[in-house]
Amino acid sequence: MTADIRDHTASQHLADGPPGDAGTVLDVRDLTVSYVGPDGGTVACRDVTFQLGRGEVLGIAGESGSGKSTLITALTRLQRPPATTTAGSIVFHPSDGRPGIDLVPLGSRELRRLRWTSMSIVLQSAMDALNPVMRLGDQFADVLRTHHRGMDRAAAKVRTVELLGMVGISADRARSFPHEMSGGMRQRATIALALACSPQLVVMDEPTTAVDVVMQRQIMAQVLRLRRELGFAVIIVTHDLSLLLEVADRIAIMYAGRIVEIGSAEALYRTPAHPYTRGLRDSFPPLHAPLTTLHGIPGTPPDLRRLPTGCPFHPRCPVAVEACSSTKPPLVHLPDQAAECLLLTPEATS
Amino acid sequence: MLPSLWSNPKVRFGLVVVGFFTALAVLGPWLTESVLGVDPRANDISAIASPPSAEHWLGTTQFGQDVLAQLVAGARGSMFVGVLAALIGTALAIAFGVTAGYFGGTVDHILNFVTNLFMVMPVLPLIFIVSGYLRGTGLWVIAVIIGVFGWAGGARTLRAQTLSVRNRDFVLGMRMLGESHGRLVAVEVLPHLVGWIASMFLGALIGGILAEAGLAFLGISDSGSISWGSMIQAAQSQSAVLRGIWWWFVPPGLCIALIGTAAAMINFGVDELANPKLRAGTRRVIRRTRRAERAVAAEGGAA
Amino acid sequence: MTAAPEAVAGESTPVLSAVDVTKHFVVRGAVGDSSVVRAVENASVDLHEGRIVAVVGESGSGKTTLARMLARFYEPTTGEILLDGVPATGRATRTYHQDVQLIFQDPFGSLNPVHRVRHNLDRALRIHDRRLSASERRKAAIELLERVSLTPGEDYLDKFPHELSGGQRQRVVIARALAVGPRVLLGDEPISMLDVSIRLEMLNLLDRLRREDGLALLYITHDIASARYVCDDVVVMYAGEMVEGGPKEEVIARPAHPYTKLLVESSPDPDRVGTLSREELFDDAEALGEPPSLIEPPDGCRFHPRCPFAMERCRTQAPPRTDVGGGHWARCWLHQEGRAEEIGATTFAAALANRDKEVRS
Repeated sequence: MTADIRDHTASQHLADGPPGDAGTVLDVRDLTVSYVGPDGGTVACRDVTFQLGRGEVLGIAGESGSGKSTLITALTRLQRPPATTTAGSIVFHPSDGRPGIDLVPLGSRELRRLRWTSMSIVLQSAMDALNPVMRLGDQFADVLRTHHRGMDRAAAKVRTVELLGMVGISADRARSFPHEMSGGMRQRATIALALACSPQLVVMDEPTTAVDVVMQRQIMAQVLRLRRELGFAVIIVTHDLSLLLEVADRIAIMYAGRIVEIGSAEALYRTPAHPYTRGLRDSFPPLHAPLTTLHGIPGTPPDLRRLPTGCPFHPRCPVAVEACSSTKPPLVHLPDQAAECLLLTPEATS
Repeated sequence: MLPSLWSNPKVRFGLVVVGFFTALAVLGPWLTESVLGVDPRANDISAIASPPSAEHWLGTTQFGQDVLAQLVAGARGSMFVGVLAALIGTALAIAFGVTAGYFGGTVDHILNFVTNLFMVMPVLPLIFIVSGYLRGTGLWVIAVIIGVFGWAGGARTLRAQTLSVRNRDFVLGMRMLGESHGRLVAVEVLPHLVGWIASMFLGALIGGILAEAGLAFLGISDSGSISWGSMIQAAQSQSAVLRGIWWWFVPPGLCIALIGTAAAMINFGVDELANPKLRAGTRRVIRRTRRAERAVAAEGGAA
Repeated sequence: MTAAPEAVAGESTPVLSAVDVTKHFVVRGAVGDSSVVRAVENASVDLHEGRIVAVVGESGSGKTTLARMLARFYEPTTGEILLDGVPATGRATRTYHQDVQLIFQDPFGSLNPVHRVRHNLDRALRIHDRRLSASERRKAAIELLERVSLTPGEDYLDKFPHELSGGQRQRVVIARALAVGPRVLLGDEPISMLDVSIRLEMLNLLDRLRREDGLALLYITHDIASARYVCDDVVVMYAGEMVEGGPKEEVIARPAHPYTKLLVESSPDPDRVGTLSREELFDDAEALGEPPSLIEPPDGCRFHPRCPFAMERCRTQAPPRTDVGGGHWARCWLHQEGRAEEIGATTFAAALANRDKEVRS
């Protein structure tokens, strides 16, 4: 089944199919986000384009300052001034076949209607998402009854127990306050909460950064099973590429506000096309394979206010050529992935 | 930090006012003698309790003394008391608060006990008693009394702040190099408390001026020296309010109010810088962002 | 990774060692009641010249407490810290820190934001050797910066911490620690807050310090792959206790304790991508349990409530240390009961699912 989804979305992405495709849940085009300052804007996210298939897991990997957090807040429309979306569209396609909705121009009331029911968010720190002075069950009832008019208390309770059960939390925990639970359990509770109104898309911002590896594995196993059972799509944003390689169908690599490479997880691991992707992949020492001396990527990510000319990665790139410092690299489509690198163009490869 | 402090209009207003009165206090005698050409103590028999006029801009007292000249001389008295009281109070607050917070343990127990003692002491009656004993010994005694009784609140704040800085990794890191406690406090911890200390000093300054005025009003003051407090007290003893002689009490009262406002403004400004959520600038950021959004929308509409 | 010189423990006296150290913290509750947090229990570790020992564990496993005891920020409740075989309690912490320095996790917090790089290095050099002149200290500071690959050193002297990236800051922190000429560096998760792309260079730097200067290093981490990359020996901690230790390849490839196995199998390993399907990768991984409270840890082996191999004995008696050969040891009853080969037979998750199935039937 997973393979189905993967093939389907990969072909669709590369076919540049028209928006509104039945298999697409989110269609992001040329999204550009700036931070407005007194002396003009700083572009933190530039021309981001990708499609997300129904039930697909898309990973977005990037280092600090790559624009991944900016992208997440723009996608979920949680952005606050001075951040502003200056161009592009984020079209959400409801599952019932109604026409797609562009989220960018929506007002806060329409957005509120879409949140939870169509798209929900899991944040890095569960403590930020849960109300510390409310019992877990009451928070679930709150969300459920706000979005399902007419749901009575008893029905909400039943549904809460069911939701908690999905992430392996026993029913009696509904009486607990967030501080009475471990970090891992809190994070699982926020995932259950995000699924409360059966959304078609769950956006997760560093969902396992605050928990240990064993809990990370448990959480990811649950997310993947629930995704299989319920069919929602997932966007996971993290700096941990090694985790994404295991859990995501497709991965987008961000650097200096751009998606520099996007493709299937396996392609990005086996045959990364962009030198940055290659560097990032080689920044994770292997767990079992023979050890060699690795170097990561020399230098530091660029300042978004003073981006290098040409390819933003060229000052750190081990294979950069003369032209990289002056020419903006085009997006080059390959069988399993697409990357923005001058060296992939037909002129360079010939 | 300093340039951004100055760019805040509230802080700028406050600093200008405090600077003005400080200058007045320093240059006071020279101003009254050379510029105004009057001695604040000289009695003009021809003008007793006369309202403001070309000759006496702010009128005269019941002894025919020029109110403006007294006001300028009073600035020196009041500022002297305020600055000295603030210096003593802040020094004690640093000594008790920072020491207690940095060393913790038994040292903290003892110092904190003393601090709490001073917190709960009925300060005003104590000041009455002490100043009653020391009556007539000059403004500096009043300043010392105000300073010695008014540091406890500041010490508590500094203790809490020191506690939070003390266990930061950079202090541990420098300690691991073998830095002495004295240097750790002075070079690593204190710079992080400068904002608190500065705002505390300003608070103590205005507190000192007010306390001096209050004490003078209640009759506890040095009868030989001139301060805003003693001016108001003189006005009160002559029932100036009932007799409508506003120029006796309004000018010193306004000065006290103005310097109080200035200190409060500086504190607000420092708070805003320390806590961005309070910043009035946030509104500016939102407006700027909305403008950018509208511009994008307009462009999109035109295209 | 280049192999470290073969210095087998026991040949030389360790530079620094913890012998059976235990740390209990007393926590006072709001209403005057107090409880004891058993943060570290009978832990021993030896640091040798030119070798790197990694302590791996999850948060709450006691690894940071152990590092802080070795740095003498806390005195052990029982047990001893030995420097060159001599109890450290007899020495002033000031002279102790001439030999032992700790690198903190957060490079943003370990440099005072109000001071330039110069101040940090200058003070360290001055305290270390009072006879140095200002120009000698400047020269030494530049050399230190270049030793941690901040070249040219002059450019960094007058920078404030906020002008540096996380990796550069951590390098300054290491340079500052090196300024006093220590023989032991303790790294408390020194790379976990750095950007992924620069972590490896930081590990390479630690490796170089060990090889070129013969420093003894302790590397504390939750990331078992990075431990394998840089260290010689690994010690695994769980709930305040050391459960397994030995040469890294032995411990990671053939775990002798079920917890180590769980930890290794839970760590992301991109090499598995493509060879195993995702269903296989995440199969049965939903209910692996959580570490216990350190206030009331389980009796016997602290891992027994989560362990698929647990026996009656595990619930009551703490397992002894068993040597499994080649310096590899573990504290697990399976070795005493002749069931050691069961650990390697399946995956942890499968064993756990199997046990649950048996319990139900």
